[in-house]
Amino acid sequence: MAMTMTQKILAAKTGLPYVTAGQLVECKLDFVFANDITGPVAIDEFYKMGADRVFDPDKVALVPDHFTPNKDIAAAQLAKKTREFARRMKVHYFEVGRVGIEHALLPEKGLIKPGDVVIGADSHTCTHGALGAFATGVGSTDMAAGMATGKAWFKVPEAIKVTLRGKLRPYVSGKDVILHLIGMLGVDGARYQSLEFAGDIDSLSMDDRFTIANMAIEAGAKNGIFPVDGRTLEYLSAHGASPGVAYTADPDAPYARELVIQLDEVPMTVAFPHLPENAKTIQEAEDARIAIDQVVIGSCTNGRISDMRAAAEILKGRTVADRVRCLIIPATQEVWLQCVEEGLMDIFVKAGAAVSTPTCGPCLGGHMGILAPGERCVSTTNRNFVGRMGHVDSEVYLASPAVAAASAVTGYITSPHSL
Amino acid sequence: MKCKGFAHKYGDHIDTDVIIPARTLNNPDPANLAAHCMEDIDKDFVRRVQPGDIMVGGLNFGCGSSREHAPIAIKASGISCVIAKNFARIFFRNAINIGLPVLECPEAAEEAQSGDEIEVDLDTGTIRNLTRGGTYTATPFPSFMQEIISAGGLVNYIKSRGEGSQP
Ligand code: SF4
Repeated sequence: MAMTMTQKILAAKTGLPYVTAGQLVECKLDFVFANDITGPVAIDEFYKMGADRVFDPDKVALVPDHFTPNKDIAAAQLAKKTREFARRMKVHYFEVGRVGIEHALLPEKGLIKPGDVVIGADSHTCTHGALGAFATGVGSTDMAAGMATGKAWFKVPEAIKVTLRGKLRPYVSGKDVILHLIGMLGVDGARYQSLEFAGDIDSLSMDDRFTIANMAIEAGAKNGIFPVDGRTLEYLSAHGASPGVAYTADPDAPYARELVIQLDEVPMTVAFPHLPENAKTIQEAEDARIAIDQVVIGSCTNGRISDMRAAAEILKGRTVADRVRCLIIPATQEVWLQCVEEGLMDIFVKAGAAVSTPTCGPCLGGHMGILAPGERCVSTTNRNFVGRMGHVDSEVYLASPAVAAASAVTGYITSPHSL
Repeated sequence: MKCKGFAHKYGDHIDTDVIIPARTLNNPDPANLAAHCMEDIDKDFVRRVQPGDIMVGGLNFGCGSSREHAPIAIKASGISCVIAKNFARIFFRNAINIGLPVLECPEAAEEAQSGDEIEVDLDTGTIRNLTRGGTYTATPFPSFMQEIISAGGLVNYIKSRGEGSQP
């Protein structure tokens, strides 16, 4: 029975020779995590279930990344609850100063590997599919049940196969590919399905793959997944992770739909308010002459080292426009340190950008850069919903780090080619 | 089990950020969440909603974040059930897990208007619009979800199986 990559992983972790789309399976979990918003709700549910230990402390992590460093007293209480539970259960925990945004941090710490089944109480858990794992977001109660039992039920998804061909042009990145794809599919175009990537993936860096898998949820997908190749294995060994098990889709696997994206034809893409599917080419965005007040470069989508390098390349020797606040947030401490070592911090500060310690912060309108009514922000994050980053009358335009940095320089949505 | 109340209707792609904005999540108390439910697209919802009322949405209801705070906010506001053309995956799962009934029924969702009186029989999936006279049948819950619902949500379901505690 031919299976997709996702179906093979689910079959293996369920102990079945094969599974088919629509089937309900109870799977063994390889990793379970939550953050400082979803964690506290999960902790309450965990105790209500009558649980008093986690199934395997080494396979559970709590990552306080959303409202940390604590933005107010209420957030401090959530962080405290998360911290105390983590200590008590002896699970992975990362304190401020060591913490990073969960979906950038966990792979960096070598905690996720190919073939794993991963649930996280955060919708962008699909990011980890870049490593060839089945990773999907769940709510706090599912996470609590996963922590207690080491198992979760899933409906086996069908898949959309997205074949990538060729190579990206200069300044075009994984972010542009995924915004372009969401523009084609719509925000519910892959609802309940897997997005399985195939083709010339070797031309994409791991950081690009993380960015693409990260936004699978923005097309409604259950997960996004990349095959494992030499680059994946290199990444795993550089981060002390085991190579795991590389599953490949059968050549005759059934797909609900197949798409081909010519990478050399993907334009720099900007998603206009208030849905990620409102994809416009950089040309259309420039023509609209959209004046901006803020730029955010960071998040689980684009806070990795290649994103920082892309921003620095543009900002080097230039300055942020007078009317713009440019916030740069490396996603993890390791990325931060690398920015220092490579001289990127110097470039950011001299350009007039504010650089923050790792946090989700403005991405969800938490803190560190909230928008006032009428303000517009170009952001490398993943959602531009009404009120996502502040007041309901503010606007978020989603773009790549290169476009965000170029826009910071001019004060308008701008292509790096126009500088 | 039956629900009966007045409809509060919204459009397509109602996301979790408008159901419950992140700025309120530093206090996950259901009463706090209920006090801010829908406020970014419908300031008066909290004032208008009566216990038992029914929320009606379009396509992809509950898309976006995995925050369980979203169905908790809706439930704590007094809404007895949500009818939509279809739901985003994580929201659907979370709603079941916390015991907020969610019904997929494109026709009922299409025809209902805010203020209509609606009656829902959760056991049969029958939806009746008393104001307009329409009767509809929602997609029934898959069997594994029925088990979770009849156990009173995932917490009780796990508890009844005695998993996760010291032997
Ligand atoms: S950076 Fe934004 S999208 Fe990513 S986990 Fe944090 S809040 Fe969620």
